[in-house]
Amino acid sequence: MTQTKNFKLFVLISAALAIVSTVRLWTNQDALTSSDTIGTALRLTVPILLAGMAGLWAERCGVLNIGIEGMMIFGTWFGAWGAWQFGPWVGLLFAILGGMFGGLVHAVATVRFNIDQVISGVVINLFAYFGVRYLSELVYVGKPGGGISQSPPQKWALPKFNLPILSGGEVAGWKSPDFLGWLESQRWFVLGDLGGISRGLTHSISWATVIAVIVVPVSAWVLWRTRFGLRLRSSGESPVAAESLGVKVNRLRYYGLLISGGLAGLAGGTLSIVASSYYRQGQTAGRGFIGLATMIFGNWRPSGVLTGAMLFGYAEGIKLVASDSITALFLLIASMSGVFLLYAIISRKRSQLLVTLCAFVLSAIAYRTIDTVPESLTQSLPYVVTLIVLATANQRLRPPAMAGVPFRPGEPH
Amino acid sequence: MNQQLSSKRNFDPMRKSLNTLGSSVAAIILALVICGVLLLATGKDPLAAYGKILETGLTGEKLLEMLKRATPLIFSAIAVAIGFKMNLFNIGVEGQYLFAALISAEMGTHVSLPAPLHVLFILVVAMVSGAAWASIAALLKIHRGINEVISTIMLNYIALSFIQWIFETFFRDDSDGGLNVKTTEIVPSGRMPDLVHDRLNGMFIVALLVAFLYWVIVFRSRFGFQLRASGLNPIAARTAGIPANQMILFALLLSGAVAGLVAMPSVIGDVYAYGPSSTPTQFGFAGITVALLGRNHPFGIIIAAMLFGFLDSTSAVLQLSEIPSSIVKVIQAIIVLVVVIVNEASSRRYNRKIAEQAALLPKSLDVSR
Repeated sequence: MTQTKNFKLFVLISAALAIVSTVRLWTNQDALTSSDTIGTALRLTVPILLAGMAGLWAERCGVLNIGIEGMMIFGTWFGAWGAWQFGPWVGLLFAILGGMFGGLVHAVATVRFNIDQVISGVVINLFAYFGVRYLSELVYVGKPGGGISQSPPQKWALPKFNLPILSGGEVAGWKSPDFLGWLESQRWFVLGDLGGISRGLTHSISWATVIAVIVVPVSAWVLWRTRFGLRLRSSGESPVAAESLGVKVNRLRYYGLLISGGLAGLAGGTLSIVASSYYRQGQTAGRGFIGLATMIFGNWRPSGVLTGAMLFGYAEGIKLVASDSITALFLLIASMSGVFLLYAIISRKRSQLLVTLCAFVLSAIAYRTIDTVPESLTQSLPYVVTLIVLATANQRLRPPAMAGVPFRPGEPH
Repeated sequence: MNQQLSSKRNFDPMRKSLNTLGSSVAAIILALVICGVLLLATGKDPLAAYGKILETGLTGEKLLEMLKRATPLIFSAIAVAIGFKMNLFNIGVEGQYLFAALISAEMGTHVSLPAPLHVLFILVVAMVSGAAWASIAALLKIHRGINEVISTIMLNYIALSFIQWIFETFFRDDSDGGLNVKTTEIVPSGRMPDLVHDRLNGMFIVALLVAFLYWVIVFRSRFGFQLRASGLNPIAARTAGIPANQMILFALLLSGAVAGLVAMPSVIGDVYAYGPSSTPTQFGFAGITVALLGRNHPFGIIIAAMLFGFLDSTSAVLQLSEIPSSIVKVIQAIIVLVVVIVNEASSRRYNRKIAEQAALLPKSLDVSR
């Protein structure tokens, strides 16, 4: 059973690689799988991924978290402050604590006082936005390089590492060979892409990235394989039943929201400590909401959140590294949906056939006619994709049943 | 929502509104105390700050500014409140009003009409385009069952980039060699006259009018009754023959139409054009807070908008006396959070009291269920 499943996955991935490689050679757009693009995409994925996980933890315990953006703002500010004062690791810790403060406010408002969860989230966003502005005016104004909307630059950066032998860099003064880089530069079919992708994933990686990626399996394990996780999910699925079995629903919702806030804060911290070296107003740029979108896109599952975050991160990354390769992306979508179309014809799935046919025709037309996509429109991609996913796959999405419904222990329901 | 439920079980309207007023005032005082602690903790003297706010805010000039700043807040809050009345959370006011501002500012330059008609035309275009953007969320909710909270958040960001794209590609005024980051200016016939020259625009009267119409439509009409009934108890409303989907559509269209007016004080009263930096942003979210503070009641919303306008008007002076001006916004956010919490707590206590009273009544008169 698992063997065939693994085999299927292997075939799928190699087929996808082959298509990507063909498109890359056809259009001469090496940026599609260059280590530059993948590395940038990975960096951009991290905050979205953490924000998505923050949303997942909150909704799994039964509370909507519209305030992720605000908690991220706390994370950027406190993280930057900690990193400026004490160094990057303490900075990350402060970022988590800052986010947890936001999570605690949300928990007190929604769990203790039962106010509407959306309202609380919206107010936290506003409170965070102006609260850190107030703090900036107190702390950063007058410091060299600092101001009302910006912190002074940090002196230290988080260390980065390379995988020795495979992706270059230096180990204790010894210059390691860059095997993957060499493979990438050969531009061979499939092998070149493999080299680019794996070098992007292993070359000059920040430790914060590693932490962020580890969050996904750890969350999945805690939520689905431990007693704590089962209870936490049950308070999001059916708090009444959980309470009748002696689960302290509201206490678990506190824990869930603190974890959610901490993850959102860490997401903010990676923005102000790893992605740049100072806090700037508006640094989060709606990533909290992209995270929320990712959570929906990923069907409230850690692996889905990871997929969604990588997708949005890749789209953003390729735009930054090589904006002209966006047309190659259309060809890629066209050929992918072409393959799915063939599959749908063979297996005679009518609904799939229609969807893939539409995708194929649209992307093919887009590839033939559109030369440049305006920057302003590509920014809205994650949101448009999420609305489309919601509109087309609504039946298959399964959010936690009671997320968003306040729970009052001991009262009739 | 509990507080709305309680109005159904209401015994004494006078006592209820006194209760509401009392808890709101208490909440505001509590919020000010919390902010005072915050100020103290950061090394500022709260009494000096509040004194400064009162001292500078209560001059005639600042009171006019208060009304000016309250105008867009009233529109935005009423747009949000219409949704709230039907249990719909329209977070998308931000996107709706910016979209409406761009479309109406551009359309306003393409017609030549006598003054009052021209102004009216722009206002109608703004309302229609605001409603059009809101209709996307309505249709997604009706046909695909997508929660309007999520869809309006997404649509806000989609609106922002869509607006930027339309503006840069089609609507930008190129006559100045690209120096002018605005649409073409609206001719004088399409401008709303000022009530007090350069201090208060005529849109303030429109805002009061909209608040009045909101009261008539939502609280005094058959349609409004159906709207509130669907919000309070959707199942009962459907059983009574009120078409649920139609109500969702109407509520969001109405909400979007009012949202379309938010930027009008700037578009036809001040700048006479749309510009990414000259058209004010963030009013959509401020509107949510004002609607919450005003408890969705037109009178409450006007008072709340004035309170926030008052606080906003003092921020520039605070800066001069070395108190960070953002404290004003922090105060606003804390006020709203505390007010919402206190409202929830007091309405729960009130409900419990009514339930206790009802328990003493004979069974046939039991109104609690």
